[in-house]
Amino acid sequence: MRHFTMSSAARRPSRLFRNFSAKIASVPMILTALVVFVGGTLWTVLYSFTNSRLLPRLNFVGLDQYERLWATPRWLVSIENLAIYGILSLIFSLVIGFVLAALLDQKIRFEDTLRTIFLYPFALSFVVTGVVWQWLLNPDFGVQAVVRSLGWESFAFDPLYNSSIVIYGVLIAALWQGTGFVMCLMLAGLRGIDEDIWKAARVDGIPAWRTYLFIVLPMMRPVLVTTLVIIAAGIVKVYDLVVAQTSGGPGIASEVPAKYVYDYMFFAQNLGQGFAASTMMLLSVAIVIVPWAYLEFGRRR
Amino acid sequence: MATPQTLEQFQQKCAAVLRPGLRKNKELERFRVSVKNGNALAADGPRGPKPRHAFSKRNIFIYGTLFVVAVYYLLPLYVMVVTSLKGMPEIRLGNIFSPPMEITFEPWVKAWATACTGLNCDGLSRGFWNSVRITVPSVILSIAIASVNGYALANWRFKGSELFFTILIVGAFIPYQVMLYPIVIILREIGLYGSLSGLVVVHSIFGMPILTLLFRNYFASLPEELFKAARVDGAGFWSIYLRIMVPMSVPIFVVAVILQITGIWNDFLFGVVYTRPDTYPMTVQLNNIVNSVQGVKEYNVNMAATLLTGLVPLIVYFISGKLFVRGIAAGAVKG
Repeated sequence: MRHFTMSSAARRPSRLFRNFSAKIASVPMILTALVVFVGGTLWTVLYSFTNSRLLPRLNFVGLDQYERLWATPRWLVSIENLAIYGILSLIFSLVIGFVLAALLDQKIRFEDTLRTIFLYPFALSFVVTGVVWQWLLNPDFGVQAVVRSLGWESFAFDPLYNSSIVIYGVLIAALWQGTGFVMCLMLAGLRGIDEDIWKAARVDGIPAWRTYLFIVLPMMRPVLVTTLVIIAAGIVKVYDLVVAQTSGGPGIASEVPAKYVYDYMFFAQNLGQGFAASTMMLLSVAIVIVPWAYLEFGRRR
Repeated sequence: MATPQTLEQFQQKCAAVLRPGLRKNKELERFRVSVKNGNALAADGPRGPKPRHAFSKRNIFIYGTLFVVAVYYLLPLYVMVVTSLKGMPEIRLGNIFSPPMEITFEPWVKAWATACTGLNCDGLSRGFWNSVRITVPSVILSIAIASVNGYALANWRFKGSELFFTILIVGAFIPYQVMLYPIVIILREIGLYGSLSGLVVVHSIFGMPILTLLFRNYFASLPEELFKAARVDGAGFWSIYLRIMVPMSVPIFVVAVILQITGIWNDFLFGVVYTRPDTYPMTVQLNNIVNSVQGVKEYNVNMAATLLTGLVPLIVYFISGKLFVRGIAAGAVKG
């Protein structure tokens, strides 16, 4: 299995056979990159301009699918939900994650136990999370019923049956599942900060919260950016949680784009709509990722 | 705790803050000036942390907050366990937080063996075994492929290898929905659509980016002399991989296994798209049991089923401890 030895090479072996085993071994990676990631994406974008219904057909209709998409109330609700859910879960998971990490970083006892408790929901699937919170938020038996039985008769908190606040019910479940992970990333970032920065700040008499806000946070920029990107990429993909917790209901009040795509592709047999919707999802991810990738990797060159 | 011995050392340590170009703000600026003016000298005073009282205001605040948050995180797990051990009459009367008056394991038996999903009434056991048959080969295959990829990328770069790797990493951010249908077509063409093997292929594909990154970074951190020495001894691509790289990288393989078991076991989207009802994984079956419209809702059976579905990743999580944290953070932070 020697590919390139000085002695035996009377003539240079052709370039294709240099490093041949490595190339063979990389075939699955090359196929995945080219066929699935690049090919699949281009294919979907291309077919989003056709009127494919049950089967994909190359019958181009221009931007028709997109016009129809943006005229569909269900899609508009999905986008609105995603925006509310996205912005709030970004803010809350970053804030809660950071505060928990900062609290755990105070050289406290039981740190391992507490971290284990905060992180265990992250090991559970979104389906499990959704089903549990569906039960906890059940208006007849769950939190609302318990608070009422304690004497507060008019207490109302039934996100899963109230279409105007249902997305906040989903948000609560998502935060329960995901903040532990954000906390872990933040904790790793905090541990990377030099101990002496803290000492110097203390000597200077800067209160702890200001040290965190104005000295430590700016120094944690790389971790913050990575966390932000990971959360953002996860938000767009949110699907199983909604399916398990609300099935998109009541009515269409908690629909999300990923569910719209799945339902149009595999139930409504309207592939063109599904492709157009998924292309819009791709676009929204690109808006987040491209500037980040440019800042992160473009600068290094 | 490393205490700096001299003023020079201390100022060196502060270089990170003193470095110009960091985002400007008043606090940082003042801090910088004062470090320059030699407040560091004060650090030569009494050493070690300030002695604290166990019940200082600060401690009560920290432990109080953490305790409340911990209760919030544990509550759903507690409610799941408690509900799954109650009978239905008790659930209808009592509240969800009260412990069961009479413990019954019937819901667990029913969830495992007789709960109905659609037409089948053989409970979650079918989904469990499907999930096992999906997870085991997927974990092995995806890690085998990704570790060889990482090895090739770290030690045997060829023209274009970095480009494919970049595509792979960028691909990790593409929403799965974009690639769902093309993969349906590919699987149908090679005759794997609807089968468990098809799903195994899908998991190997989508596990590839993060795992390849993981292995590439790890292999790149191993001493290069080792690799060179093996080359000089005439070892080739595969023998270096099998005899040197794999035995030296057991920790990272463990991390990858943890990452993949939880990830694949918890998958829902690929399971529902690429399998048929009789090959549905556990998560899909759980969703069907809980959210089926027909019949009376049996919350205790639902919660037992939920716990059963969450059991495998929870066990992996509690056994692996710190390795789990490393696993989920590894790909993320280094990227």
